[in-house]
Amino acid sequence: MTLRHVFADDVSELPTNAFSHRSLTWWGVIGFMVIEGTAFGLVFATYFFLMSHEQHWAPQPLLPPNPLAGTLFTIIILATEIPNTMIKKAAEKYDLATVRRLLPWMVGVPLLLFVLRGFEFNSLNVNWYDNAYGSVLWALLVLHTTHIGTDWVDTVVLWRLMMTPHGEEPRRFSDIDENSLYWRFVWLAWLPIYLLIYLVPRLFR
Amino acid sequence: MTPAEKAKAPPTTVPRDGPDLTGPELEARLHRTWARPRGLIGWLSSVDHKEIGVRYVVTALIFFAMAGLLALHMRLQLARPESNLMTPELYNETFTMHGSTMMFLFAVPVMQGMQIYLTPLMAGTRNMAFPRLTAFSYWMYLSGGLMLWISHVMNISPDNGWFSYVPLAGPQFSPGKRADVWAQMITFTEVAALAVAVTLTTTILKQRAPGMTLARMPIFLWSTLVTSVMVIFSMPSVALASSMLISDRSVGTQFFNPAENGDALLWQHLFWFFGHPEVYIIFLPGTAFVSEIVVTFCRRSIHGYSVVALSLVATGILAFGLWVHHMFATGLPRVGYSFFTAASMSVAIPTGLQIFCWIATMWEGRPRLTVPMLYVIGFIFTFVIGGLSGVIIASVPLDLQLTDTYFIVAHLHYVLIGGGVFPLIGAITYWFPKVTGRMMSERMGKIAFWALFLGFQLAFFPMHISGLMGMPRRVFTYPAGMGLELPNMLSTIGAFVVAAAVLLFVVNLVNSLFRGVPAGPNPWDAPSLEWAASSPPAPYNFPHIPVVESRTPLWDADGSLRVVHGLRVEEPELLLTTVVSATPDIREPGVAPSPWPFLSTIATAVVFVCSIFSPWALVFGIVPAGIALTAWFWPKKPPPEGEPVIV
Repeated sequence: MTLRHVFADDVSELPTNAFSHRSLTWWGVIGFMVIEGTAFGLVFATYFFLMSHEQHWAPQPLLPPNPLAGTLFTIIILATEIPNTMIKKAAEKYDLATVRRLLPWMVGVPLLLFVLRGFEFNSLNVNWYDNAYGSVLWALLVLHTTHIGTDWVDTVVLWRLMMTPHGEEPRRFSDIDENSLYWRFVWLAWLPIYLLIYLVPRLFR
Repeated sequence: MTPAEKAKAPPTTVPRDGPDLTGPELEARLHRTWARPRGLIGWLSSVDHKEIGVRYVVTALIFFAMAGLLALHMRLQLARPESNLMTPELYNETFTMHGSTMMFLFAVPVMQGMQIYLTPLMAGTRNMAFPRLTAFSYWMYLSGGLMLWISHVMNISPDNGWFSYVPLAGPQFSPGKRADVWAQMITFTEVAALAVAVTLTTTILKQRAPGMTLARMPIFLWSTLVTSVMVIFSMPSVALASSMLISDRSVGTQFFNPAENGDALLWQHLFWFFGHPEVYIIFLPGTAFVSEIVVTFCRRSIHGYSVVALSLVATGILAFGLWVHHMFATGLPRVGYSFFTAASMSVAIPTGLQIFCWIATMWEGRPRLTVPMLYVIGFIFTFVIGGLSGVIIASVPLDLQLTDTYFIVAHLHYVLIGGGVFPLIGAITYWFPKVTGRMMSERMGKIAFWALFLGFQLAFFPMHISGLMGMPRRVFTYPAGMGLELPNMLSTIGAFVVAAAVLLFVVNLVNSLFRGVPAGPNPWDAPSLEWAASSPPAPYNFPHIPVVESRTPLWDADGSLRVVHGLRVEEPELLLTTVVSATPDIREPGVAPSPWPFLSTIATAVVFVCSIFSPWALVFGIVPAGIALTAWFWPKKPPPEGEPVIV
């Protein structure tokens, strides 16, 4: 039996692009943020599980990590939210000139973050193979570094894309908007990691 | 024109579906827009959810058959006491391959494959959200499966059991690469499953037909949504655990090494935090098949729709609070025993509610005992036994007695085959006419059902007895004279009956593909939207996007179907609707076929496989993978002309 079609609403006047929860890709980004957030949460759980086995944390005679590089890193990654928000707001207004002008900041500043991250690895005062404490500290830092790395590559690609005529297409502004959202996730995820690496091992020595 | 001006530009006239463009002319033009190119490149580039779904299901069934052959081999070994058909080493590899293949390469992928095929059709849309990601997930899944089985052929397959416990799987007790192959197979399949979960969730939330509010969704979509969210929250755990295992083995981290204050139980926590929800990720799609089949063949809407939908949600939540019952024998605080016993028993409540709702639906309807319906009844019978033995072993004293015996083997097969495979075969029979346009033979289907049902009981019921008598699982033989001969011989005979039944099912499948009676769009007179599409469905699924006004749209359609119109015809275009009320919101440009998901998989697979042998592969391999993913993302052509207002 073939059904006869009865025509109801005309949807041809609907837009082809929108931001936030109206955008399809926004849901995809949220989905992956939840996946990665769950992974971070499980590493945090691992951290406390392993910590419960120790009398001291950092285990003696290890020194807790030196906080200088990590603290600088934290200040700078928090500061990146200024250009990040400006880019996000510009994207939501389809302001191509501002997006093009500000994106290089989000490409350039993470380079500084990478350098500081290198110093962070060097200031943990423990190697990943020394003991479980060292393993979980390195796991936290490596996991977060992969997030900075992937978002940085994503930002570079988007930056180059926005410099081409493709950048004039409205949908690309949703990409920019969601890339900014993801960067927020990257620095938000960092804050508990910072505490776990630099503060907790000092509190429970 | 600047983007801001473009955003305000008026719509221009392009061909759109509607009263002026409908019927064969529309269908021919939509076909040109949505069909993929022919040839090998076109085949590798497909982003059609139906094609990917069928590939998933067929591939998973092949893995099912291969893991089934391993099971037969083990049953032959166990048919008689003190048999030397297999060496202990080969037996270890065989049960590990059997379990790993069944869980990671069959059960989850086959359910996701069914979901990929059915979700857009049931939701009334033209394709999945992120179809290239769906294609990528299939290739990743296939690569992981091939890696595992090629390693089996090369005699380096894993041999530590499907949950690969440390310290046995750690660097000290498993030198060589077997445990790494297992861990990396996990990475492949988890990436695939997570990608599918995100695409399914987004499809269900954003692409339902206008009017299909959350409260009007078919139960199948509820189940798909719940299982996808469960995948999202559970699979990172096993992916993380397997990464830690690989790093313990390759770069010397100490996560699971007690000598350096790591902990082997950490592995068990992380594994079962995934592993227990996994059972429901397999079982909930099974219950959803049952709900759809029961409704169609009893010719009435489901009794207690809200109860069934909320039971799915409740099971999804409770499933995350039970993982420790897999670890009762490791020693726990008393309060831990009590909590996890109570939680394990409580999960029987929502499942019990669902079963009562199905029985009530059958009671109030006029059941037609077709093959899919027989599988439903077989499911209820078998799953209730498996569920009750589950409630039994939720009790700690009994669990301590029965853990690692054949009682557990019986329980898990009653739950997984009863709760997953029976509904699956019923579902394949039920939707086969939609996929192929032909009916499966009822007569052969009924013979296969009875053989499968009775063979299954013969194979697995005696395992309860051998388990109660103390026969441990995962030991390659047993001594004579302990009373274990009879239950084992019965199990072996039953296993061969099951194999014959599966073979008969496959013969029926292939035979019906070519010689089955042609099916119309809706041969079972079913109520949900997929039956409004042609059989097999066109590449664009629906010529016009349907409007939904009830939970059983086709029964209430009265020969006509309300549709919306105005989507582009020369460009692939989807309709996005709002999350709760499914009001039309956005015209989303569709995605063209692309070889890049396949090429990205090759680049990623090289990284994963090489990283078994050197951690540096992760560093160097990331470059080609990054290039492939960038090429995938980069737009290949200018945006379509003539787009209207953007608000």
